[in-house]
Amino acid sequence: MLIGVLALQGAFREHEYMIRACGDIETRQIRLPGQLEGIDGLIIPGGESTTMGKLMADYGFLDPIRERAGQGLPVFGTCAGLIMLARDINGSNQPRIGLMDMLVERNAFGRQVDSFEDDIEVPCLGAEPFRAVFIRAPYIMKVGAGVEVLAEYGGRIVAAREGRLLAAAFHPELTSDKRMHEYFLNIVKIAS
Amino acid sequence: MAEKGTWTVKAGLAEMLKGGVIMDVTTPEQAKIAEDAGACAVMALERVPADIRAAGGVARMADPTVIKAIMDAVTIPVMAKVRIGHFVEAQILEQLGVDYIDESEVLTPADEQHHIDKHAFKVPFVCGARNLGEALRRIGEGAAMIRTKGEPGTGNVVEAVRHMRMVMGEIRRIQNLPREELMAAAKEMGAPYDLVVRVAELGRLPVVNFAAGGIATPADAALMMQLGCDGIFVGSGIFKSKNPAARAKAIVAATTHYNDPQILAEVSKGLGEAMPGLEIAAISPEHRMQDRGW
Repeated sequence: MLIGVLALQGAFREHEYMIRACGDIETRQIRLPGQLEGIDGLIIPGGESTTMGKLMADYGFLDPIRERAGQGLPVFGTCAGLIMLARDINGSNQPRIGLMDMLVERNAFGRQVDSFEDDIEVPCLGAEPFRAVFIRAPYIMKVGAGVEVLAEYGGRIVAAREGRLLAAAFHPELTSDKRMHEYFLNIVKIAS
Repeated sequence: MAEKGTWTVKAGLAEMLKGGVIMDVTTPEQAKIAEDAGACAVMALERVPADIRAAGGVARMADPTVIKAIMDAVTIPVMAKVRIGHFVEAQILEQLGVDYIDESEVLTPADEQHHIDKHAFKVPFVCGARNLGEALRRIGEGAAMIRTKGEPGTGNVVEAVRHMRMVMGEIRRIQNLPREELMAAAKEMGAPYDLVVRVAELGRLPVVNFAAGGIATPADAALMMQLGCDGIFVGSGIFKSKNPAARAKAIVAATTHYNDPQILAEVSKGLGEAMPGLEIAAISPEHRMQDRGW
């Protein structure tokens, strides 16, 4: 199994560590669209969503990823990655992949001094709470009928799934809890 | 219960900036140009280092009006500088809500013996370092991100190269030491022992390490990335050049594609004149910013 991690900018290295800690799985840093060839799953990491959206458009990533995802490629987006997956971004026309039927709000919990961590319930990962790290984090304001809500925090949706697309507003790659990545790898396994 | 300002959250924001370029800006217009070019954050200043160097006198924290106007202009994180040891300037910046504080040798130090206790703040700090001992002292004080000092405002990359090679070389050296020699190494470097052990185990700094101080071209940025840094600060190099927007964009591309000579050749074309450079030997010792900090 080969997991691609978009490495234009952001926490790509941490996702690679996490995936490798989940078992005998290869990772590839992706900086050009041609490198999407042959991957079984794609992770879009946290970073700065404005920057990442710009760079993805400049380097011609949007259509190739839409096309691969349309053919069934599983994609997991965290934080900025979640924003890139959303069809609608409140008050923004920035470039995006836009495949998940949801409306998101950027920097929804405030600036960096308001960034925080807390234990949240993620029922699909089991009863044990998940330590969720929110850094200038977005949240999901609204989801369409085909989107499954995986976690809420204080009444706000912070993780969701639509088919083989997975999105989290927090950063599982900054913790030592592998469950979210294992959940994604399971989607990849079933898909391939 | 939600915990704010934890180590994970502070060091985590630096991880989100990794592979990106942080640009010095002095106006909301410049901040927009930087954001549009793909900067992952901006450093809000009253004057870029080259102008601070030229002006002389005491350089202090920027006017909060300038910082606020820049914060309102962009959605990417905004950093700002405080003088070494000036914890009240830091309290003010935290109150303003800046996303990162640079305790910087570019400004005139306020304390010639002590840096700020950065653990006392919710806002994260970045600090400059010339070698591993200095980097680990700053991390020990609570810095959640490190950058080379280089020699700011010169457009001359030689000092940033020296500092990055020094840090990477010292990391390689302590990785190969037997455990019982790490205490002597810590003593020699003036670094906290537990952090020396951690670096020996990790084979890298425990926080993100950017390059700064003299980067002026896409090739400079890619050079620093190939030497092992995690991202780039460009101070005077962009807005002191002939075509800031094009140069900013090219430096972003060179930082992402630092290992791809074909792209580097492409983005280096036709950028117009870079900022005028300064020979390090032409700077008298008392004007060398890198020697500030302890």
